[in-house]
Amino acid sequence: MKKLESSLKNMILSLTGFSIVAGGLLGWVNAATAEPIAQANAKALSDAIAVVIPGFDNNPAEEAETVEVEGTTYKIYPATQGGKPIGAAVEASANGFGGTLTVLVGFDTEGNIIDYSLLSHAETPGLGSKASDWFKKGAKGDITGKNPGTQSLTVSKDGGEIDAITASTITSRAFLQAVNNAWSAYMNGQVDATSGASQQH
Amino acid sequence: MNNFKILINGIVKENPTFVLLLGMCPTLGTTSSALNGMGMGLATMFVLICSNFAISGIKNLVPDMVRIPIFVVVIASFVTILQMLMQAYVPALYATLGLFIPLIVVNCILLGRAEAFACKHTPIASLFDGLGIGLGFTIALTLLGGVREFLGTGKLFGISILPEQYGMLVFVLAPGAFIALGYLIAIVNRLKKNN
Repeated sequence: MKKLESSLKNMILSLTGFSIVAGGLLGWVNAATAEPIAQANAKALSDAIAVVIPGFDNNPAEEAETVEVEGTTYKIYPATQGGKPIGAAVEASANGFGGTLTVLVGFDTEGNIIDYSLLSHAETPGLGSKASDWFKKGAKGDITGKNPGTQSLTVSKDGGEIDAITASTITSRAFLQAVNNAWSAYMNGQVDATSGASQQH
Repeated sequence: MNNFKILINGIVKENPTFVLLLGMCPTLGTTSSALNGMGMGLATMFVLICSNFAISGIKNLVPDMVRIPIFVVVIASFVTILQMLMQAYVPALYATLGLFIPLIVVNCILLGRAEAFACKHTPIASLFDGLGIGLGFTIALTLLGGVREFLGTGKLFGISILPEQYGMLVFVLAPGAFIALGYLIAIVNRLKKNN
């Protein structure tokens, strides 16, 4: 077949034709992958919830509630065992060094931190990205078991008692801010729930 | 030129990273570990094979004056398809590479091969060129990622070889990428001169 000439008609036809074919193909793939993508995202979330608050037997991801504190909405995933609440996983974000840092924190019913999981971040690899393990149990900046209610979590540089990640103070501050926010969102949600319950009596 | 020669040409003689110095942005950006480099290389290879094959197949339907926009449409479509497939079936890899996948669209290797090879050769030859260049890119990125990961953290493919305190952090960060790439290119040039 001879190559098409660069006449105006040919150019318009060719560009339009290829755009339509490409658009159709993309639409088809998008429709085909929409379900697996949603499943993968849901699985990632429920895996993270299982890490931060072990021992539940309900489906926290489906019972999620949103709480608004000072204009920001937080997602709370309540965990129950045999119908009794054992705590909740709270999703909160803060501005880190490289962009938004989203963390899922698990609290027991008293507001003590059980564990956490970094859902997404854009921190520097090798420095700020260490936040995914740094604050875990037994690591240098261990925050598990602490209660942000009795003492707000801050890095030692700001007078707090948490060791910041070496050379990543900004990331550490953002991370702890997200954890503190998650705690106040969780407590706000709980207070609302109890006051709502008392009104019914 | 037979298909095997085209394949080897892409890996050695026209290696996109070490010889042509194309696609430097993903090369420097994604190679903080050997696994990330390899993932990026394989993703680019997939798009390169598909786009080379498709562009070579449609080359007679594309008027010369609008060939660049059409090539970009073809490449962008394959990249988007790859992105959706990765998000659906390998979410872990997508989480580390997600940011760089859309950048494959503007990776000059793809447009470069479309212009320099695919629009002058048969679809099968273009397929092998895509495979060769893609493999060359993957090998180069894995090598660079491995060097940076080893020097930066003492690990290789996530397995500790040296204790972490011996790692030189600079190699994980952007400046280390330039330093490591410079030395690798020097070594490759030296080896080629000896042959």
